[in-house]
Amino acid sequence: MIYAEILAGGSGKRFGDTNLPKQFQMLGNKPIIIHTLEQFIINPKFDKIIVCLPQEWITYTEDLISKYILNPEDIKLVIGGATRNDTIMNGCKYIEENYGLNDNDIIVTHDAVRPFVNQRIINDNINAMKKYDATDTAIDATDTIINIEKDGIISSIPDRSKIFLGQTPQSFKIKKLMDLFNSLTTEEKDILTDACKIFTLKGEKVKVVAGETFNIKITTVFDLSIANAILKVRDHD
Amino acid sequence: MISQCYRLYAPKKFRIDLVEEHLSEDDVVVKPTYLSICAADLRYFSGNRNIETLNKKLPMALIHEAVGEVIYDPRGKIKKGTKVVMIPNTPVETDKIVKENYLRSSKFKSSGIDGFMRSIVCMSRERVIEYKKVDDRIAAMFELLSVSMNALEHFTSYSHNRKQVLGIWGCGNVGFCTALVLKYTFPNAKIIVFGTNMTKLSYFSFADEVYTVDNVPKGLTIDHAFECVGGTNAEDAINQIIDLINPQGSISLLGVSENRVGINTRMVLEKGLTLLGNSRSGYEDFKAAIDFLERFPKAKEYMGTIITEIININNFTDIGPAFEKSLHNDFKTVMKWNL
Repeated sequence: MIYAEILAGGSGKRFGDTNLPKQFQMLGNKPIIIHTLEQFIINPKFDKIIVCLPQEWITYTEDLISKYILNPEDIKLVIGGATRNDTIMNGCKYIEENYGLNDNDIIVTHDAVRPFVNQRIINDNINAMKKYDATDTAIDATDTIINIEKDGIISSIPDRSKIFLGQTPQSFKIKKLMDLFNSLTTEEKDILTDACKIFTLKGEKVKVVAGETFNIKITTVFDLSIANAILKVRDHD
Repeated sequence: MISQCYRLYAPKKFRIDLVEEHLSEDDVVVKPTYLSICAADLRYFSGNRNIETLNKKLPMALIHEAVGEVIYDPRGKIKKGTKVVMIPNTPVETDKIVKENYLRSSKFKSSGIDGFMRSIVCMSRERVIEYKKVDDRIAAMFELLSVSMNALEHFTSYSHNRKQVLGIWGCGNVGFCTALVLKYTFPNAKIIVFGTNMTKLSYFSFADEVYTVDNVPKGLTIDHAFECVGGTNAEDAINQIIDLINPQGSISLLGVSENRVGINTRMVLEKGLTLLGNSRSGYEDFKAAIDFLERFPKAKEYMGTIITEIININNFTDIGPAFEKSLHNDFKTVMKWNL
């Protein structure tokens, strides 16, 4: 089975002058999360789509889905966790409890606030999972990455040819992901900023597929302005 | 539904636009798979349209010859993976007399509205037709064939019944398809193709005779003619047809010309000729094109011979070079659309 997991767990921070979480902000004519969900709904390879959300936004999201999505039967809403990886794990546990788990079951996780993901990236992720247990999505770094010491002085500048910018989707064999996560120490879990790190910490291979520069993450009001500026509404088809 | 739309914004310049497409229950989502480049696309690409037209129509996604796979049907009726041809003509009304492709209100993809160079296309379910027995690369040329089907229907309705010798002017893609359709529709007729390029005329192996226009045997006459030349040579072609055609014959015009064409109307009058205008195609013509290739396996083989090149489009940057190559290819350039 192939599952999609849309990560919309964040709710704590204000987004500009509003408390409406960023995944529910309007992009063009629909909330961001709806655009993102649509790309997974139309992909014929997914069996179920799990959306992980803060508990207080579940009913709200149900309303959005019934308003905008024509066939919502395969979408399941699950309560997220305190951290990104807890949220991913909640989705995995939901799958285990409701559908059972096989060794080859795959989860394609994706940020709810990356609405410009396309079918090529999603399919590249799924195809890479035929050979690998984990897949990440990345693009070339165009800015230079610098390491800075505490006093504001550059300590090193990594070779840019080896630096890439991680995006999502990130895809995993669900059983392996859960096993590896559960084997981590508390200290190891504390330094996790990314689900792929669960694999790299344990010396496991993570395949990388090409992302797109337009697959941006909308995390600030400025990002949303950019997203709305680059999205054109078709008015003539 | 957000799609990536690969638009020409100036001659030879493409860009990616992110476009919010409207998806209703009447639509299906199609992933384009094979896109065939047409001479009309190349005119935009090369900037061979007048500046007013370019300013009015660009930016615009090119390509109106395309097939794809249905990846999503909100009603769940069309199976995922169903192979379909997409009809570029988009009527907004129906008329008891006028065909959909001649209604002035109809829109046409890649001429005024975006064509099929997109990551996904939300198509009305009434504007896609399933095909099964035709290779995708050849199916990408259904639109081209449907244009010949449209002309055939017009011809059979408005021409007299003496159809012993049919002449086709033009040795390009439209001439090839039209000659092929005529060959199978009128198996007892003599099919003669007139062109300027003997190498390209060599592809017309199914024709009874082929001639370069400067080497037509004296005394040769035809009952009906099909002009598939267009451009600046259309004038010479039509006037040669008027000279060779028998009285009360029909001349089906299919060639697109940017400029007005001067023709010998005195002889049109004296011979009582009928000029039939043909442009684009509609739903029924696509059905006829699919039926034609599914019914005649050899016609499928012939269509395969005019695919000059298949180019994989894996990245946005592959698009421009594919169009450049198409400018120099004898016949069709088909893009395998992996975006």
